[in-house]
Amino acid sequence: MTEAIEVRGLVKRYGQLAAVDGIDFSVSSGTVFSFLGPNGAGKTTTTEILEGLRRRTGGEVSVLGLDPWTEGPALHRRIGVIPQDFRFFEKITAGEAIEYYRALFHTDVDPDVLLAQVELLDKKNARYDTLSGGQKQKLGLALALTNVPEICFLDEPTTGLDPHARRAIWSVIRSLKGSGKTIFLTTHYLEEAELLADHVAIIHHGKIIAAGTPSEIIRVHGRPERISVQAPPELATYLERHLGVAASAEDGRVAVELGDKHDALRVLSAIEASGFPWDSFETNRDTLEDVFVRMVGQMDDGALKQEAPK
Amino acid sequence: MNFRRVAADFRIVMRSYFRNPVALFFSLFFPIILIALFGLIFSATGSGPVTLPVLNEDHNSAVSREFLSALNNTSVDKVSVVSNSTVAPGDFASWLGQNDDPVGLIIPPGFQADYYNATPTNVSVFTNPQDAASTGAVLGAVQGVANGFNLHRACSGQVCAPVIGYTNQNVGSQVYTYIDYLIPGLIGFSILTSPMFSMVDIASSYRKEGIFRELSLTPLTRSEWLLSRITWYVGITFVTAGIMIGAGVVLFGAHVNVTAGLIPFLIVGPFFFVSLGMLAGSVAKTPESAALIGNIITFPMMFLSGTFFPVSSFPPYLQAFAHILPLYYVIDGMNQVMLFSNSAKALADLLVVLIGAIVVFAFAVRLFKWRDE
Repeated sequence: MTEAIEVRGLVKRYGQLAAVDGIDFSVSSGTVFSFLGPNGAGKTTTTEILEGLRRRTGGEVSVLGLDPWTEGPALHRRIGVIPQDFRFFEKITAGEAIEYYRALFHTDVDPDVLLAQVELLDKKNARYDTLSGGQKQKLGLALALTNVPEICFLDEPTTGLDPHARRAIWSVIRSLKGSGKTIFLTTHYLEEAELLADHVAIIHHGKIIAAGTPSEIIRVHGRPERISVQAPPELATYLERHLGVAASAEDGRVAVELGDKHDALRVLSAIEASGFPWDSFETNRDTLEDVFVRMVGQMDDGALKQEAPK
Repeated sequence: MNFRRVAADFRIVMRSYFRNPVALFFSLFFPIILIALFGLIFSATGSGPVTLPVLNEDHNSAVSREFLSALNNTSVDKVSVVSNSTVAPGDFASWLGQNDDPVGLIIPPGFQADYYNATPTNVSVFTNPQDAASTGAVLGAVQGVANGFNLHRACSGQVCAPVIGYTNQNVGSQVYTYIDYLIPGLIGFSILTSPMFSMVDIASSYRKEGIFRELSLTPLTRSEWLLSRITWYVGITFVTAGIMIGAGVVLFGAHVNVTAGLIPFLIVGPFFFVSLGMLAGSVAKTPESAALIGNIITFPMMFLSGTFFPVSSFPPYLQAFAHILPLYYVIDGMNQVMLFSNSAKALADLLVVLIGAIVVFAFAVRLFKWRDE
């Protein structure tokens, strides 16, 4: 599989502040790569460097084999970008906007097909200033696709949208992936990344603190799977004594971390054998969001500062 | 430079504009309003006679009546005698003020006797310095009539005709009125203001809203983008100039030469000021400071380039200042074409504006950034 994007040792400094502090990652062609991080982590700076909108301070960046800063015009013909909070000329209709981009890029995509692809065909003759937030974002997406790009950069495409509009954008992203495009998605909605992305990188304070597939990240950085039951706190003490496992009691529930799947049967048998009344059996595993919140939170507390990026 | 992209961007500009009723109103009706307003203010004064209230303290003597009738015949003043019982001489000044009369005259007691005895006597002329036109007209007329009487008295009965007379002609080859000077001035005014105000705003707000950023991701170049705006404002300028000339002719009977020599100014003028507006908007960091920079550049030019008043009526230091304002050369050039048919001077003015426009355009394209460093 060829690499659509390759980043080695990327640094962007503003004066003394390193907004991006030596990051490495690559994105394979035809995959969805999601770039996660809290606000101010360096997401947008990195994205803009990849798009050729911002000059890097150091490191190597190659997008479709081009240097985004020095070969911007050539690159822009082959990528599509919807920025965060897409804005356009207020009095121009969706159809006219597509015509405009078609003329600028000198392509002959059918505006109706493009608008249908982003589920905006019914608004073809509506002016930009009459569109809802989700419709504006869809128009941005349609414009980003006018030049039939090989890579789509989506910078927080669903921020501020209602759940219905968000799902509509997701379905467009899935269909783009289905048509073989590479997608670079930044977001701070973790479920969005978990749902759409093949690979994820979490950036914080300008460094990548975790990378891999969503399940890899959960496996490496998440807590073990847990079994919990509704039971009196004394059960926790009982289980620790009889099984030698870590158990905790909280909010009327007792939770036990599982080392591997065989532990589950042993724990359940021990609970049954304990004679305590129990009910409402559940298993819990960390979601990407749990991992993200814990990692970012711990890092801010200083605990994870030395953990090297994968 | 790719003209297909320029044309595509031009269509966006045109549509945005035609769908904006305020912009449309300002370009189509504002020129008419400007011409009508300034035409009425300045053409009305001086054309009709000034009504001159007179307090005759010389009991309607024959000489005083002759003096007033001579004043009445100057076609400048229309004498209206105020009854002595209405107002006392000491209250005349405040009486004029209360009646909104800008001028007045008192014939002193013993005027006739003094005239026959050749004793110096003074009529009192009251004027309001704010109304320069009436003041000038009345002072001139009174002085002229008094001189006639003095000459007649000095000759004391002998035939004593004035030796030097004069005829009145206007500057230029035809008879021009204020409105004729006003038309090139106001065309210059709109060549300056409509691109400057909107380009300064666009340059800063498009950057803030990220529209430049979006355009930077397309093949459209900055000079193509700027060229499309320039083309648009050239079009606007042609329409505005046409409306202004038409309104001047229809409303005030203006007679200006509309020749092909005007065309280069209607192209190069907007070329200069669209670029200048873009430059001003690009060097500013925020929309607020952009508006400030725009105003600092625009306002002196709005008044001191010969828009409403001819530069030749300015004090020398202001005239010198006017000569460093680019708009002065646009307006002077149009004056040379429309009023004086002086193509050599017009060409020199055009050259100044053209060279300036090329320099400012080059700076604007360099300094206005699609993307951040």
